[in-house]
Amino acid sequence: MDQPAPRRYRLRIWRQPGPGLPGRLVPYEVAGVSPDMSFLEMLDLLNESLLKAGEPAIEFDSDCREGICGTCGLVINGVAHGPKGRCTTCEARMRDFPDGATITVEPFRARGFPIVKDLVVDRGAFDRIIARGGYVSLNVGSAPEANALPIAKAIAEQAMDAAACIGCGACVAACPNASASLFVSAKISQLALLPQGEAERKRRALRMIGRMDEEGFGDCSNHGECEAVCPKGISIETIARMRREFFRAALRP
Amino acid sequence: MSTHDPLAASPLLDARIPSGPIGEKWTRHQFEGKLVAPANRRRFTVIVVGTGLAGGAAAAALGELGYNVLSFCIQDSPRRAHSVAAQGGINAAKNYQNDGDSVERLFYDTVKGGDFRAREANVHRLAELSVRIIDHCVAQGVPFAREYGGTLANRSFGGAQVSRTFYARGQTGQQLLLGAYGSLMRQVEAGTVTLLPRREMLDLVIVDGRARGIICRNLIDGAIEPYAADAVIVATGGYAPVFYLSTNAVNSNATAIWRCHRRGALLANPCFTQIHPTCIPQVGDRQSKLTLMSESLRNDGRVWVPLKPGDRRRPRDIPEAERDYFLERRYPAFGNLVPRDIASRAAKAVCDEARGVGPTGYAVYLDFADAVKRVGRAVIAERYDNLMDMYHEITGDSPWDGPMRIYPAPHYTMGGLWVDYDLMSTIPGLHVAGEANFSDHGANRLGASALMQGLADGYFIAPNSIGRYLASAALPPVDTSRDEFRAARERIAARTAELLAMRGRTTVREIHWRLGRIMWDKVGMSRSAAGLRAAIGEIRRLREEFRGDLLLAGGGDELNKGLELAGRVGDFLELGELIAIDALHREESCGGHFREEHQTPEGEARRDDANFCHVAAWEHAGDGAEPRLHREPLAFEHVQPAQRSYK
Repeated sequence: MDQPAPRRYRLRIWRQPGPGLPGRLVPYEVAGVSPDMSFLEMLDLLNESLLKAGEPAIEFDSDCREGICGTCGLVINGVAHGPKGRCTTCEARMRDFPDGATITVEPFRARGFPIVKDLVVDRGAFDRIIARGGYVSLNVGSAPEANALPIAKAIAEQAMDAAACIGCGACVAACPNASASLFVSAKISQLALLPQGEAERKRRALRMIGRMDEEGFGDCSNHGECEAVCPKGISIETIARMRREFFRAALRP
Repeated sequence: MSTHDPLAASPLLDARIPSGPIGEKWTRHQFEGKLVAPANRRRFTVIVVGTGLAGGAAAAALGELGYNVLSFCIQDSPRRAHSVAAQGGINAAKNYQNDGDSVERLFYDTVKGGDFRAREANVHRLAELSVRIIDHCVAQGVPFAREYGGTLANRSFGGAQVSRTFYARGQTGQQLLLGAYGSLMRQVEAGTVTLLPRREMLDLVIVDGRARGIICRNLIDGAIEPYAADAVIVATGGYAPVFYLSTNAVNSNATAIWRCHRRGALLANPCFTQIHPTCIPQVGDRQSKLTLMSESLRNDGRVWVPLKPGDRRRPRDIPEAERDYFLERRYPAFGNLVPRDIASRAAKAVCDEARGVGPTGYAVYLDFADAVKRVGRAVIAERYDNLMDMYHEITGDSPWDGPMRIYPAPHYTMGGLWVDYDLMSTIPGLHVAGEANFSDHGANRLGASALMQGLADGYFIAPNSIGRYLASAALPPVDTSRDEFRAARERIAARTAELLAMRGRTTVREIHWRLGRIMWDKVGMSRSAAGLRAAIGEIRRLREEFRGDLLLAGGGDELNKGLELAGRVGDFLELGELIAIDALHREESCGGHFREEHQTPEGEARRDDANFCHVAAWEHAGDGAEPRLHREPLAFEHVQPAQRSYK
């Protein structure tokens, strides 16, 4: 097998032993990195060498490693999910980082995402927002026949575009206000577009937006940084829709 | 190992299949069971471990009914469960395409697809419930693909000659999971479900012969936490990562089911592992997982390799006449949509003949050129959009500029904890749902049926089974101060301390990698008696090394993923041996289990229905002791077992 030439990198990685404790950027070197490796596989390699040196591993979250679960999330060289764009941290490949480069790795920072340890943050706020209305309220057994409500193909596609949000929180990390607007608006949009979401549309908007504020996320002032880093390409059109939903609900409850 | 009459049924394995005609069993069963009255439900606590399609749906449905539910997951949020990664679709017998589908046909296709090693009654129920699942998901706002007129769209999947698969681009699992997750969060808000994320179940607690709780490790602070309940549902998914490289998530594991197995739950058909034919081939030794390319791609992609061995020309330079569309050639009736086990072995066979492609020679082409010519790139992009992007991200090659390279990879496990018709294991009170259980798919799972089974188990069967169990079992109050909880906690704490105290030289990842090599080489797509015996020996030696020479860092009272992985790999080292033992015992080829000694002259699987038409359920007999085999004979009254042909 033809192996591409291995690379080496200098890394500056955020280390923090626990919640609320002081953290700092620590320098590391890693060698023997194949360009075909993913970014996280490179961190795995670094961790193996730290382990052999008797040092604690750098903790970071990941799971599916294929861009769909939303678990992974690092700020790489100042950009949430890395400089390439339209991909998750786990999809970032070392072929996109020139040999010998220095790479800074930090967690997703926001008041709404307290740091747990090293690069791991607590995104429970997202679950708590969804709990306030990111669903259709129906019990198992009560559904009508699946084709009872035709939905125009274009509407279904738009709803799917919004529903594609993986809940990673890159939008929050990228936003200068640490706003969760793109995340919240994606779910609100999906259910505002589909007829199944109609009965609770107003209630949903008010409750989810209310919880978003309670969780300490900032407001949206139209920077658009969120859309630039969203791995699924969710458009800030969904934020515009969320605002319309909010006004509809607030003015005519 | 026992030397019974091969047809003898074990008394431990009563499937409790209801009587009556197969199409009425489920309906009658629901009527004949005892119920828990609405006002009484909140007095019962049910633990659900795992928040994927089966676990999330079960927890949501039980919460809706008014039970008090404790929902556990190892991730930071229930929405991360690996169900989220399922791509291609979910089957249902709606017959919207007017092509001859029906509950009977879905039942038949699934039994046949499972190579006649599943329980007919369970599969028929699955086919019946499939229809209601789609209704419920649509009502939840799952954005399924639609036709222009507004009705739901369908596509075809392997092992079927009808178009019965509902999908949401290449992200169907994600959308179904988010539907279940939304329903789950609604119950959290309603107060019926308590979420306990970042908790790993490390033991089952049994009191007076019934499952009455679990012991978890809190993955944030390392605390060993006991939880008591009236019933337990384990829905923690499959064990494909025993192969190290699989399509599963890096945290997917067999720990919960293995600990239940060690506590007495029989584990059935562990050797029925599914190797999925279309995954992105491995590129390096340090790879952490293999990425699935949905089976749905085989609707439009054509699988081929060069006709001549050693042909290293670029694909575009190989003329049609020098290509071997080997699935179409070998199986004209199903072509590229043969079931997974058949497609995987066919791909391996051509690569073993040195006709494979790509840098390793272990890949075949999946080519969209004809489909693009036929319907245009925009249509193909719309059907598979995210999958094309994913392939490009990972390989650096665009699937629009040349065919995809794919190769089989471990993906799903049909084996799992044995359950009866009510999804209850051999431990009273312990129920098992989704991929974690063994039922329904026999020796091979058809595409788009895992999502169907997870939701059938979660939304419809588990609530019925739990209600029936709680209404009829004697369940005195139990709390975590009992000896059984204390003893289990102490064992877990001691085991954790033991792992951390080791100052060996081998990392967990290295051990896992080596286990994966043994499993892939000797317990993978093709198995032989000699290879399996060698594998058993190698796994035992590897386990000794793991027990004596492990290198870990960090402490137990903090977030420590290395420690988490150590526990999981320890369980894989035991499970891997059982898989090989099961494969050795099953002297036939069926579904995903292929024994070189048992094949037809054309190289197809040869079943032995006279001696092996049974479920092999293994009982843990203690460390170092041979596991004990129990058999559940399978009777096929509605579908005649035949040589499974897709030609």
